[in-house]
Amino acid sequence: MSTPTRITVATTWLDGCSGCHMSFLDMDERLIELARKIDIVYSPLVDSKELPETVDVGLLEGSISSVDDLEKARAFRRHCKILISLGDCAVNGNVPAMRNYFKLDDVMDRSYRENVTLQPQIPTRGVPALLTTVKPIHGEVAVDIFVPGCPPSADAIWYVLNELIEGRVPDPSSVTRFGA
Amino acid sequence: MSRTITIEPVTRIEGHARITLQLGDGGEVEDARFHLTQFRGFEKFCEGRPYREMPALTARTCGICPVSHLLASNKACDHLLSVTIPPTGEHLRRIMNLAQITQSHALSFFHLSSPDLLLGWDSDPISRNIFGVMRQDPALARDGIRLRQIGQSIIETLGGKKIHPTWVVPGGVNEPLTLEKRDAMLKLLPEGLEIAKRTYDFFKTLVPKFKDEATHFGRLPTMFLSLVTPQGNLEHYDGLLRIKDAKGRIVEDMVPPEDYERVIGEAVEDFSYMKFPYYKPQGYPKGIYRVGPLARLNNAQACGTPYADVALAEFHMLQESGPIASSFHYHYARLVEIIYALEMMERLLKDPTILDSRVRARARSNRAEGIGVSEAPRGTLIHHYRIDDDGLITWVNLIIATGHNNLAMNQSIRQVADAYVDGNNLQEGMLNRVEAVIRCFDPCLSCASHAFGQMPLRIELKDASGRVVDSLERG
Ligand code: SF4
Repeated sequence: MSTPTRITVATTWLDGCSGCHMSFLDMDERLIELARKIDIVYSPLVDSKELPETVDVGLLEGSISSVDDLEKARAFRRHCKILISLGDCAVNGNVPAMRNYFKLDDVMDRSYRENVTLQPQIPTRGVPALLTTVKPIHGEVAVDIFVPGCPPSADAIWYVLNELIEGRVPDPSSVTRFGA
Repeated sequence: MSRTITIEPVTRIEGHARITLQLGDGGEVEDARFHLTQFRGFEKFCEGRPYREMPALTARTCGICPVSHLLASNKACDHLLSVTIPPTGEHLRRIMNLAQITQSHALSFFHLSSPDLLLGWDSDPISRNIFGVMRQDPALARDGIRLRQIGQSIIETLGGKKIHPTWVVPGGVNEPLTLEKRDAMLKLLPEGLEIAKRTYDFFKTLVPKFKDEATHFGRLPTMFLSLVTPQGNLEHYDGLLRIKDAKGRIVEDMVPPEDYERVIGEAVEDFSYMKFPYYKPQGYPKGIYRVGPLARLNNAQACGTPYADVALAEFHMLQESGPIASSFHYHYARLVEIIYALEMMERLLKDPTILDSRVRARARSNRAEGIGVSEAPRGTLIHHYRIDDDGLITWVNLIIATGHNNLAMNQSIRQVADAYVDGNNLQEGMLNRVEAVIRCFDPCLSCASHAFGQMPLRIELKDASGRVVDSLERG
C-alpha cells in the first residue's frame, strides 16, 4: 500500500445554505483523523483569507447567483487542481435556481419594496450585483467531480476525500443520490 | 483624510458578510457597517408551490438550523389547516428543536468562537480555528465535536437525516416514536449533559478574563424580544412574544405570535441584503432590539429545569442589575441553553406519553393565511404565508432570527471599532475583534440570505482622492 501524502483542501460556499459544510463537520471524530491527512488552507471555517496559488482539492457548495459567486468559482478553478461540486445546489442549481422562473426585478421587489414597512429600496452599496440566471457550478467553470445530495452525507464526503488522499479518483455514484 | 477599511470575508461565521469601517482624519472610526452580501429570494420564488412543500423548501434557507425553518413552516401550515396538533406530536417536535439548539450552539461555541477565546484574538490566524484548538486543547475540541454530534444524532434518529430531515409535517409528525429510538436517544443525554456542565464551569473561569470584551463587545441599551411561556419562562417552540426594555421593564407581553406585524416593522438600508426589523411603536432606528439566547434569558423568569435554573441565576449576576447588556455574554447564554436543552429532552423522553401513537392531526387547508413562529437557536423566526383555494402559495414573508439583530450588530461593530481599532496603527488582531463581536451574535447569514467572500482580507487606507496610502493583508 502506498503511503498517503498530505493534501491541501480549500472550501467555500456560494449560493447555498451552508448545509453541505455542516455535513462536512458531521464527519465528527473523523475530523481529527482527517486533520492529520489534509491541510484546510482556505475555508469559511478558518481565518486564512487568501486562496493559495495551488491547492490540491477545492470543494464548492452552492450555485452561482451573484457576481461574487462567479468570481469565487473562477478563482477556485484557477487555483485548484481538482474541483468538486459539493451538493445539489452546486451540481444542478437546486433551490437557489428556483428564482430563475421569475424576473429578478420581481424577486427583489418582493423582498425590498413590498414586504417592507419603511425605506423601500433595492440595496446596492457594498453588496454584489445579482446575476439574472442562477447556474450550477459547471454552468460557468469546468468541474472534475460531482457529489450530489442535499446535503451529501458525511460518509460520502469522507469517502471522496479519502479516495483523493489515497491518490484514487472517487466514484461518488455509489454513495450519493440527488436530494438525499 | 478619510479612509475605508474593508474586512472581507468575515470568517468563522455562518454565511457571507463584509464589514466596512470609515475612518476620519485622525484615524478615528466615523462609521461602521455590516453588509450581508447574499440574496436568495424565497419570498418570491415560493409563489405557486403547494403549501405542503414549504417546510422542505424553506428548510433549504439554512443548513445549520434547518429544523427551525421546518418547525416555523409547519406551524404556519398547522395554522392553515386550523388544527391543534396532538400533544405527543408537539413534544416530539420540541425534542427535535432542542436537539438542534444543542448542536447549533455547540457549533457556535466550539467550532467558531473557541479559537478566539482559547488561542487569543491576536494569535496566529493560520491556526486560529477548530483544528488549532484540536492541537492546543484536544479534550475541549473533542467535547465540542461530541456535543454537536449528540444533537445531530437525535435529529437523525427522529427525522432520518442530520441535515434537512423531513419527518415534521403539517398537523404534527410523520410517525410515532418507537421504544428503541427513544432509548437510543436517552442513552446519549447523560454524556451530553456532562460535557455541557464541564464546558459551562470552564467558561465561568474565563469570564473574569474578558472584562474588557464584556465592556466593549456590543454592550448596548437595547430592548429584547423572544417567546416566553404563558408563565413567563424560557420557551423555544411555542409561546407568546415578550419585549423587555434595557432597564428590564416589560413593554409588550403575551403578544400572540399571529400579531407580530403590530410590534415588528422591517426597514431597508441600501448597504445590505439583510433587512432591519425594529419595534414598530418606537420607530426606526430607535426601536432597536436583540433576539437569541441573550434575549431569551433576559426575558425569562426561569428555565424550568434544575441545573439550567442554577446557571440562569448565575447568568443574571453577570451584571449588578437589569438585563445583561453585553453581547459578549451571548456565549454564556448559549452554554446555559445547551444545559437546558439536554435536561428538557431527557424530561420529555422519559414521559411515557412520548410513545403515544397519536402524533398527527389530518385536515385540508381551512384558512387563507397562516403564521408560524418559533425560537431558532439565533432568535425568533417568523413564517407567514397566504394561499389560494387550491392550496398554492400566493405570498410569503419571512423574518429570520439573525435579521432582528441587524441594527444591534451594526452598532456593536461600531463600538468594538471605537475601542480597539487604531487607524494609524492597524493590526490584524484589532480587526479580528471586530469580527469576533459578530461571532458573539452567531449570525446565520445563510438564513438571512448569505454569501461568502473568497477575497483575501485586504485593508487599504485611501486618502480623499482615492490614493492608497497604506495597506495590510492577512491570509
Ligand atoms: S445542496 Fe442542500 S444542503 Fe447543500 S447548500 Fe444546497 S440546499 Fe444546502
